[in-house]
Amino acid sequence: MARRDEDASNLFTRRALILGGAGLASFGALTARLYKLQILESDRYRGLSDENQFNFHLLAPSRGRILDRYGNPLAENADNFRLLLDPDQVLDLDSLLSRLAKIIPLADDTGERIRKSIKQRAAYSTVVLAENLEWKEFAAANLHLPELPGVRPEVGELRIYPDGVSLAHVVGYVGRVPEALITDEPLMHHPGFRIGRTGAEKALDEGLRGQAGALKVEVNALGRVVRELPDPATVAKSGADVTLTLDQRVQSFAAKRFEGLSAAVCAIDIKTGAVPVLLSTPGFNPNLFAKGISGPDYRALLEHEFKPLFNKALGGTYPPASCIKPVIAMAALQHGVTDGRERIRCTGKVKLGDREFHCWRRKGHGPVNMLGAIGTSCDIYFYEMARRLGIDRIRDAVRLFGFGENFNLGLGGGNTGLVPDQAWKQARFGVPWSQGETLIAGIGQGYIATTPIQLAVMTARLASGRKVVPHLLARQEPQVFEDLGLPVSSLGAARAGMVAVCESSWGTAFRMGGLKLGDIKMAGKTGTGQVRRISQAEREDRVLRNDELPWALRDHALFVTYAPADAPRYAVAVVVEHGGGGSTTAAPPARDILRELLKERVETPDSLSAGREKGSSA
Amino acid sequence: MSEFRVARLERNLSFGAKITQINGLLVVLLCLAAMIGVAVLYSIADGSWTPRAAQHGMRFGILLLVMLVIALVDIRWWMSLAYPTYIVALLLLIGVEFAGVKVMGAQRWLDLGPVRIQPAEIMKLALVMALARYYHGLAIERATSLRHIILPAFMIGVPVLLILNQPDLGTAMLVGATGAAIVFLAGLSWRIIIIGAIAGFIGGITFLIFGLHDYQRARIDTFLHPERDPLGAGYHILQSKIALGSGGLAGKGFLEGTQSHLNFLPEKQTDFVFTALGEEFGFIGSFSVLVLYALILLTGMMIAARARHSFGRLAAAGVCVTFALYVVVNISMVMGLIPVVGVPLPLISYGGTVMLAVMIGFALVMNVHIHRSAELPSGHGFLL
Repeated sequence: MARRDEDASNLFTRRALILGGAGLASFGALTARLYKLQILESDRYRGLSDENQFNFHLLAPSRGRILDRYGNPLAENADNFRLLLDPDQVLDLDSLLSRLAKIIPLADDTGERIRKSIKQRAAYSTVVLAENLEWKEFAAANLHLPELPGVRPEVGELRIYPDGVSLAHVVGYVGRVPEALITDEPLMHHPGFRIGRTGAEKALDEGLRGQAGALKVEVNALGRVVRELPDPATVAKSGADVTLTLDQRVQSFAAKRFEGLSAAVCAIDIKTGAVPVLLSTPGFNPNLFAKGISGPDYRALLEHEFKPLFNKALGGTYPPASCIKPVIAMAALQHGVTDGRERIRCTGKVKLGDREFHCWRRKGHGPVNMLGAIGTSCDIYFYEMARRLGIDRIRDAVRLFGFGENFNLGLGGGNTGLVPDQAWKQARFGVPWSQGETLIAGIGQGYIATTPIQLAVMTARLASGRKVVPHLLARQEPQVFEDLGLPVSSLGAARAGMVAVCESSWGTAFRMGGLKLGDIKMAGKTGTGQVRRISQAEREDRVLRNDELPWALRDHALFVTYAPADAPRYAVAVVVEHGGGGSTTAAPPARDILRELLKERVETPDSLSAGREKGSSA
Repeated sequence: MSEFRVARLERNLSFGAKITQINGLLVVLLCLAAMIGVAVLYSIADGSWTPRAAQHGMRFGILLLVMLVIALVDIRWWMSLAYPTYIVALLLLIGVEFAGVKVMGAQRWLDLGPVRIQPAEIMKLALVMALARYYHGLAIERATSLRHIILPAFMIGVPVLLILNQPDLGTAMLVGATGAAIVFLAGLSWRIIIIGAIAGFIGGITFLIFGLHDYQRARIDTFLHPERDPLGAGYHILQSKIALGSGGLAGKGFLEGTQSHLNFLPEKQTDFVFTALGEEFGFIGSFSVLVLYALILLTGMMIAARARHSFGRLAAAGVCVTFALYVVVNISMVMGLIPVVGVPLPLISYGGTVMLAVMIGFALVMNVHIHRSAELPSGHGFLL
C-alpha cells in the first residue's frame, strides 16, 4: 500500500513538474508580451492614449464686421446657441433624437437631414443638430447633456444685418459654403462656418473670414469634454473689420423714401469718389439668407415683378433720357457747333426726311438758347445739337463721362450699359446708322443705355470736371482725380443749365422748391425714359398718360443732381422704374437724399476719424 | 520515525492543532492579491471606496474566514461530498438547459428565487473533486489504462457539452482543460494522451469550422484583425492594449490612468481590470502581479505534492490548474493574445461569484494542506 502510494506520488510529482513547466512557459509568454507592449511599443501606445485623451476642436474665427463710414455696424455677429453632433459617437440616432425632442423643439425632418449630411461629409466632421436656440432651450439641453452622448453645445456666431433690407444688395449676406467651394481647409467643414455669398460679404470675404484656431480638450470615451486646455498660440484670429464708404443713416432714409417703388439710387462724394448711398428697392432681408431662407420665401423673391434680388443701381440699364442733355450741351460747345447763345426755335416738332421728331412739350418752347434748353429740357434744341455733332462725337463725349464703363465697385456683376455708334450698329444689325438715331441719342433715347451708377458718375464728372471714379471701400489716403481736360466755359454752361433746372422759375424741377438747406443751391437734370414706342396714330389722337398705362409700360423717371452748385460735394442719381415723370417721382426724393448727405459734416478723405464728428444730423 | 509521528498526529488532530497547521504563506499571498484588487478598484472609482473597493475588501475578508473554517473540516467530508456535489452541479447545468435565464444571448444563469447562480462555476470545483475522488480509489496501474479513462471522459465530456450548449465556449474550455489536467496528473499513459491530443485537435478544428456561433466567430475574427473596426468589436482589445502599452515601465501613477478614468476601457472593473492596473503601475506593476500569481500557484502545487493521498494531490492540483487557467486566459485576453472570452482575473476582478468560487477552491487546497498526512480509505463505495 505504502509502496503503491509512493509510486503514485512520484508519478504525480513528475507530471506536476511537466504541468508546472507548461505553466512557467505560459507565464513567460505573458511576461514577454507585457514587455513588448509596455517597454518596446510603449511610445506608440502612449501616442494612441494621448489621441484618445485629447481632441482638437476647431475654433471658428469671429467674422469681421462691416461698418459704415461712421462706424455704424452694417453686418455684425450675435450669439448663436446651437447643438452640434459628433456622428461617430452616436450609436442610435433615433433614440438620441427622441430624447432630445423632449428637451428642445426639433424639426420633424431633423433625423433625415442629419443622416444626409453625415453621408455627404467626412465621418469625423460634426453636423448641426439645432441652432439659433433660445437661451432657455440651450440651457435645458446643457443640463441633459450626460444623457445625450455625441451632442456638443456650442455658442457660435450668427451674422446679423441690423438694417438689413436697405443694404441687402451692397453688403450682401453670408451662407453655408456651397459644395463647389468646399476645399480641404478644415474650417470649410466646420458646421458654423459661413462664407460671403453676395455683395461686400463676398467681395471682401477673405479679409473678413479670419483664421481658425484649435482648442485642445481632454475627452472621455463618450467624447464628452472633461477639461479644456487652451493654448494662446492656437486661438482663432478674428477677421478684420471693414469700413465701407456707405452712410447707413442716409441709406436707410433713402430706402424709406422709395418704399413700394422699384427704384435705384446712387450717391457719390464728388471729391473722393466715395459712395455713401447705393440703393436698390425693393430690397430683401439678408438675415433670412444668413439663417437659411425657406424655399417659398426664396421663390417669392425670385418671382417678384420688381426683382428685389437684383441690384439695379449697378446692374439695371435704362435710357439716360434727358439727363444726357448737359453732356450733349457741353460737347456742342467744346466742338464749337454752337456758341451757347444761339437760339433754336422749338415748335414742338421737327421734320427729318419724312419722319417727325417731337418735343415733350407739344406746343413747343419757342426760340431757346442753351441755358433755356437745358432748364426746360427742350428736345428740339438737342435734336439739333445731336445732328450737328454726329453720333461718333456724342459717343466720345458720353464715354468721357463714364458711359459704357462697368462701375461695379468690386462687388461683381454690374453692367456696362450701351454706347452705340456707327460701327456698333453695322456690326450688330448689318445696316448703316441713320441720322434719326443720332437725333434721339441727343435726348438719351434709342439704343443708348446706362446704369444708375453711371448717371451718378456722369453727374460727378460734370460737376467737378474731373475723372471721378466711385469706390465703396473706405480709404485713408486722399484721392485726387485727374482733370478731364474739358474747357471750363463749356462745363460752366452745362452746369448753369443744371442749376437753372432746379433754381429758375422756368426749370423743370423748380416746383419742388430746391434744397431748403440755407442758401445752398442745387443743380440737377430731370429725365423721363420712354420704354415704349408711341405710334403715329396715338400721337395724332392723344398721347396716353402714364397712369393710363400698365406699370411695365410706364416711363422711367430719372433725376441726376449735385450740390452745392457752387462747390459741388455730392452727386446723386435716381431712377424710378416706370415711375412716370422725372420731375415728380424722381427729383424730390433725390433732393431729399442730397440734403441728408449735406447735413453730415464729413471731411475728405472719407476717413473714420473724420466721421466721428458726426455733426448736426438727425 | 518522523513519518510515523506525523501520521499519528494527523489521525487525532485536535482543532487547536489544526489551526497551527494553516499555511500562513498561502493566506498572505491571497491577501496581497485581494489588496491589489482593492487598490485598483479604488483607483478606477476615481479614488473612492465606493462603489466597489470597500465591498471587494469586505467580501474577501468574509470569504477568507469562510475559507479557513471550511479548511478545518475533516477532509473525509470533502471526499464524501465529491460525487453528490458533482451530480447536483450536473443537474443544475441540465436545469439551465431548460429553465435558464438568458443574459446577453447566452443561457448561463439559473434563477433560484433570491439568488441567481451560474452552475458552470459550481461545476468547475465539483469536477475537480469528483475526478480526484475517482482516481483516489484507483490503483495507479489502472489509472493509466484505457478502460478507466471512459468514466472520467464522461465526467468531463457531459458538463463540457452542456456548457458549450449555453453557449459559453470560454468556460467549457476551462472546465475541459481542468479535467484533462487532472487525468494527466493521475497518470494517464502517454500513448493515450497523444492519441487523445490528436483526436482533440481534429475535433477542435472541426468545431471551429462548423460549431461556432456567429458572435463567437465575430470575436475570433476581431481577434485576428482588431484594426478593422476600431470603434466596434475590436474596440475593447485595442483600448486595452493602449492602456497597457501607454503605462510603460513605471506606469502613469496611482489614480493617474487616463484610459481607465476617461472610460476608454471596457469592463475595467471586471474582466479588463488587469489593463487598468498595467496602465497605472506599468510593467513593474503588472509583472509583479504575474509573480504574485506564480507564487500562489507554486505554493498550491507544493501543497499538492506534499499530500500523502491521491485525493488531496489531485484536488489541490486541480484547483491550482483552474486558478492558473483563469489567470493565463484573462491576461492573454486583455493583451490581445487570444480572443475575448468572459474570464475574470481571480481575486482582483470585482465580482462575488468568482471570488466565492476561488476562495472555496483555496479552502479545499488549505484543507488538503492541513490534512496532508491523513489516512484516507481507498474504498469504492459511492459515498465512501
